[in-house]
Amino acid sequence: MSLLEVKNLKTYFHTRAGTTRAVDDISFSIDKGEIVGVVGESGSGKSVTCHTMLGLLPSPPAKVEGGAVTFDGDELLHLPPPILRAIRGKRISMIFQDPMSCLNPYLTILDQVAEPILTHENVSREEAERRAIEMMKKVGIRDAEQRARSHPHEFSGGMRQRAMIAMALVTNPDLLLADEPTTALDVTVQARILQILRDLRDDLGVAVLFVTHDLGVVADVADRVVVMYRGKVVEQGSVLSIFENPSHPYVKGLLACRPTFETKYRILPTVDDFLETEEASDGSLTLRERPDATARLAELESKSDPEKQVDDSSEPEPLLEVKDLQVHFTSGGGFLGKPKETVKAVDGVDLSIPKAKTLGLVGESGCGKTTIGRAILRLVPSTSGFVRYDGANLASLNPAELIACRKRMQIIFQDPYASLNPRLTIEQALTEPLVVHRIGSGASERRDRVVSLLEEVGLSSEHLLRYPHEFSGGQRQRLCVARALAVEPEFIVCDECVSAMDVSVQAQVLNLLNELQESRNLTYLFISHDLSVVKFVSDHVAVMQAGRIVETNCAEELYRNPKETYTQELLDAVPKADLETLRKRSG
Amino acid sequence: MPKETAGVTKHGSSLWKDARHRMAQNKFAMGSLGVIALMILFCFVFAWFCKDPNKVNLVNKFAPSSGEHWFGTDALGRDLFARILYGGQVSILVGLIATAVSVAIGIVYGAVSGFVGGRTDAVMMRVVDTLLAIPFLVLVIVLQATLSNFSGDATKWIVESWGWDKEFTGRLTNVVPLFFALGLLGWLTLSRIVRAQVLSIKEREFVEAAVALGYSKARILFRHVVPNVLGPTIVYSTLTVPGFIMYEAILSFLGLGVESPNSSWGVLIKEGANFLETEIQLLLLPGLFFSLTLFSLNFLGDGLRDALDVKAAKD
Repeated sequence: MSLLEVKNLKTYFHTRAGTTRAVDDISFSIDKGEIVGVVGESGSGKSVTCHTMLGLLPSPPAKVEGGAVTFDGDELLHLPPPILRAIRGKRISMIFQDPMSCLNPYLTILDQVAEPILTHENVSREEAERRAIEMMKKVGIRDAEQRARSHPHEFSGGMRQRAMIAMALVTNPDLLLADEPTTALDVTVQARILQILRDLRDDLGVAVLFVTHDLGVVADVADRVVVMYRGKVVEQGSVLSIFENPSHPYVKGLLACRPTFETKYRILPTVDDFLETEEASDGSLTLRERPDATARLAELESKSDPEKQVDDSSEPEPLLEVKDLQVHFTSGGGFLGKPKETVKAVDGVDLSIPKAKTLGLVGESGCGKTTIGRAILRLVPSTSGFVRYDGANLASLNPAELIACRKRMQIIFQDPYASLNPRLTIEQALTEPLVVHRIGSGASERRDRVVSLLEEVGLSSEHLLRYPHEFSGGQRQRLCVARALAVEPEFIVCDECVSAMDVSVQAQVLNLLNELQESRNLTYLFISHDLSVVKFVSDHVAVMQAGRIVETNCAEELYRNPKETYTQELLDAVPKADLETLRKRSG
Repeated sequence: MPKETAGVTKHGSSLWKDARHRMAQNKFAMGSLGVIALMILFCFVFAWFCKDPNKVNLVNKFAPSSGEHWFGTDALGRDLFARILYGGQVSILVGLIATAVSVAIGIVYGAVSGFVGGRTDAVMMRVVDTLLAIPFLVLVIVLQATLSNFSGDATKWIVESWGWDKEFTGRLTNVVPLFFALGLLGWLTLSRIVRAQVLSIKEREFVEAAVALGYSKARILFRHVVPNVLGPTIVYSTLTVPGFIMYEAILSFLGLGVESPNSSWGVLIKEGANFLETEIQLLLLPGLFFSLTLFSLNFLGDGLRDALDVKAAKD
């Protein structure tokens, strides 16, 4: 018998707006010592499943409409609260996504790691603390004895996540529910955490339910995969079988639309190329494979320009040149005479981007990559160095010239929810740059321009009078692209502009960026932490660490043949999901 | 690229429209809005058809309610119903005008302080700190006294140059200093709230996008930042209206507010309190109008807070 068995589980949310079938009749099981990955995009119901099992959902609006969750012979859904509490944290533990907000900032790490033992077992405080420190060592917190009494803010993100894992495992649970445990972390840290989870499974025999949106991570860590789509399980099986032979069209689409190091397409396939959905009036879904899926793929492949891979021998003139750029931030120095502290966010960076090409800038969080983008656009003042754009030194421009120059260079941000003013309609938001820069004359001409911009990014004139909150994340990012294009720039900084998106939406936006580059001859600075995405879009790639550029090379070459150890480390940390690796691991 | 045509509504619904919709479903808030509307109607329209509130009739003092005097008469034989309605004019106007003045100052002051930042911000906020450190009522009394020096001249000037009725103008100029004294000092907390909101909105990426698009500072501040802080501001200001009415009542109760023979709810309550043991309706009836209005305004404020709540809104 398996450790945990979920049978026909249904969790619905009843709100005034109607009923949402968040989890709709799903079944799966986990054995002892097994890691099962639950994959799905946002809103697929994967987190809700996790929370339902432990009775953590607020009810109302959530209501379990049917099904059973059997854990080691107990029916979890109908246990009286005191008994369920005894299982939570003792036999089933949970790790959450954000280690920042899941640790109490007022208590020491040791207090928090020891707390589950003190709650669930009748042991002395000394004994609990001894075991807590032991577990902290096991999850890779160095000098655990000394550091145990620090507070969460003294730990880095990765260390905090380790403390969370220690807290979850300290009572020797049988099952660990991990809800996106590595999503907020850098790749190198993620790789270490995944390794720790695998080791713990081997050493302690703990079963792990690993919820994530990232197929690469699942391939790396899980034995079996459950793929969810809009509340349903569309496919489940061993990792190898799913990656080698996906049968459901959604899974096929999901696998294909994810750029990897091996991607040869110039235009990414999207889930829509594989899947047709039909929603009946009662909210039930019918998923069908597109009959022309194979033809569509072949077409994409033929469109993929083989010359892209060939390096241009004749380098065109650089449009943008950055020389020895430094950006320092000072804090402190208030009038009470606190000492000033200087952070060198960007510490002597040289870059150059040829016209109509894309430079990818990768690095881990806090390395200064975002600051470079903003300093180039003079959104933050640079401390020294210069930025030469099309022959003119940006730092020496007077305010009037700067405004004229703003027209030529634009930026697209990470969070499409925060980058549109919620009080303006789409028409107002897109007309405003035209008015400010006196582009087009008269209301009707500007309106025509706005409509054609919308069409260029795949929206239409019926969206003109809507407000940003009425659009999905992907649509909003397109609106941001349209707004940036309104002033007809030549150069766009894309600052993590697909990082917050689901892979299927990410593919659409990446395709859009590529199409626009061709049709409008745009130059991009593409800033991202995701090495696969950067490889897909970039002609050249610069790797950044602690405010400096470590290595720059053309994309193919850099990934095939990294020269610096840091680049090598980054590349190694990316979860490998290619079939060869998978076969080797399972074989 | 496939065209996305999710949803069919052509006209979008703005955040304001959503808030109005949520508001309309809140029965308490809508009821309160009705009561306030009714109160305004009574005090400003119905009052014109009432008896003269200042007509003394010593023969008929403390008369019980009758067809002629609905609420009876007071210690000087004046019609209580008319006095309550006329008193309501002053009280409601105090609430509205003082709030309008303080909101206007508070938004501009707080928005500029938060948006400009740095040294300007520090100086502007220290000014607020200093004013907050002095007891509010003391400041109001001093300012009112200063403004009142001009009100006599103003009355004369208006009567002479525009030919207005002297008594009416006198009544007006008598209370206006109070309105402005309250309004000119009531914006302190509001400016703090606006500043805090502006500080967080200013970090949002649409503001940065606006900078990158080359918009001017004033445009960014008043088109992109300020409209986004109006929600909390409106909620706060509905909750200050009762506060101002209370202050007027307190000042009148102390004898520093509205001068007799004019009335306000505060004055009436003060007068009624003198006859607490024998003629309790002189206290209860104005008190009832006063409390009803305050309750309604508080319910309205709560309703607005729920309707404009960021968490309830669709992002």
